[in-house]
Amino acid sequence: MIMMEHVCKSYRIAKRNAGFKEACKSLFHREYEVIAALNDVSFTINDGEMVGYIGPNGAGKSSTIKILSGILTPDGGTVLVDGRIPCKDRIEHVRQIGVVFGQRSQLWWDVPVIDSFELLKDIYSISQSTYRRSLEELTQLLNLEELLRTPARQLSLGQRMRCEIAASLLHGPRILFLDEPTIGLDAVSKLAVRDFILKQNKTHGTTVILTTHDMQDIEALASRIILIGKGRILMDGSLADIKKGNADIDETVAELYRSYDI
Amino acid sequence: MKYLSFFRLRFATGLQYRTAALAGIVTQFAWGFMEIMIFKAFYRADAASFPMSFQATVSYIWLQQAFLALFAAWMMDNEIFPMIINGDVAYELCRPVSIYNMWFARNAANRLARAALRCFPILAVAAFLPKPYGIAAPASLPCFVMFLLAMVLGLLVTVSFCMLIYMLTFFTISPEGLRMLFISGTEFLAGGVIPLPFFPDKMRAVMELLPFAAMQNVALRIYSGSMSGGEAGRALLLQLFWLVAVTGFGKILYRLVEKKIIVQGG
Repeated sequence: MIMMEHVCKSYRIAKRNAGFKEACKSLFHREYEVIAALNDVSFTINDGEMVGYIGPNGAGKSSTIKILSGILTPDGGTVLVDGRIPCKDRIEHVRQIGVVFGQRSQLWWDVPVIDSFELLKDIYSISQSTYRRSLEELTQLLNLEELLRTPARQLSLGQRMRCEIAASLLHGPRILFLDEPTIGLDAVSKLAVRDFILKQNKTHGTTVILTTHDMQDIEALASRIILIGKGRILMDGSLADIKKGNADIDETVAELYRSYDI
Repeated sequence: MKYLSFFRLRFATGLQYRTAALAGIVTQFAWGFMEIMIFKAFYRADAASFPMSFQATVSYIWLQQAFLALFAAWMMDNEIFPMIINGDVAYELCRPVSIYNMWFARNAANRLARAALRCFPILAVAAFLPKPYGIAAPASLPCFVMFLLAMVLGLLVTVSFCMLIYMLTFFTISPEGLRMLFISGTEFLAGGVIPLPFFPDKMRAVMELLPFAAMQNVALRIYSGSMSGGEAGRALLLQLFWLVAVTGFGKILYRLVEKKIIVQGG
């Protein structure tokens, strides 16, 4: 179970106006602006749920994911994931979770994908039999057979993303965080990724938290939607709650954003 | 065990790029010969005024070239800096290990794999070069054992120093300034440019106490015979001391980093 209560997180950003004069001035006197990325965020997610976490750019989605995966320390509030405080028990915590950052890569650039997997096996201390079982399953479901022997730098984005997802699941996590997993993918790869996530949730009961700007992702995957804007939770419900008649999903969401003025 | 796999992976990476390894070997040969020629010219002027025999200096240079990857401070892990700057470090933080330990292992593996791929051709050729231009055999078995021990300690001290730079990069965002300062200072103070015995006595006395002298200096000088007996023993102890001190300081910095880390980028 994932529980966030009154969580706040703010960043301090050095700002200045354009121009050389301003740049020199800022050497001596810096103006900081404090931006509240998360402002009193609370929600609870039960085991086995699939939750779509949506909101415009800069709403605080990634910050939430980072806090939940123990990378960032919140300024205030309580975070509990299966009874653990992520940033306090980071090492114990990350053993139980899988994370995919759609815009970053965890594969070693120069060596074949399988070498990266072997390294992860050692880092997570996965036993040989468990490793072989999950590798086999992932290879089959994500169609990785041909890719495993290729260096990561020579994979297409879609191929790489399939490998990234496999890499995050090798240790059999109970919770999976997906931060924009379908960004930049073509239609076929998107469908493959969605299909896989659905299956993963069904067969293993993995809790999935997904952030995305692709509303088809949400439509296909998420039974529950949490909307965040300007660091606040604005809505927590199901797709049916926001959908009006036959309106297009993108339009519906755009309308939703407008109505909350975010 | 889990850290051993970094070595395997690094070794695999090294093998992936054969041309790079070959180019490295050629460079080190050229550099070694050039240095020996320069020293030859100095020794011809007055061999007696130098603190090390020509043979010892030559051995020092060949070993230095063969094991350059173990001790060269400038050979830092170039994948770590961009990771900190653009926020890819997020993935590293998702691993169930201490980043300090993981990066330490990774760096040591980097250096070992590089050195393993390059040292043998250089050592082989240097061993067959005519006297005194080749590498001399170690003075004795105990001397050789001490040399190996000093190499291991030297490698660990070098890595723990690089770790300080990585940790400080979390605070400064840009690593360039620190890196430049650290690299140029270290090469000079560690005996990378000229061996430490060549420095004036008073200066040398101070330099030998600094952590930089605990890197390549001890191993290379024990092998070439310019340091032995009690002096070598004291130098080994000093290496051990610096290893503990620098690693300890690095771990304290890591604590701070963990507490107030900010992952860059969305």
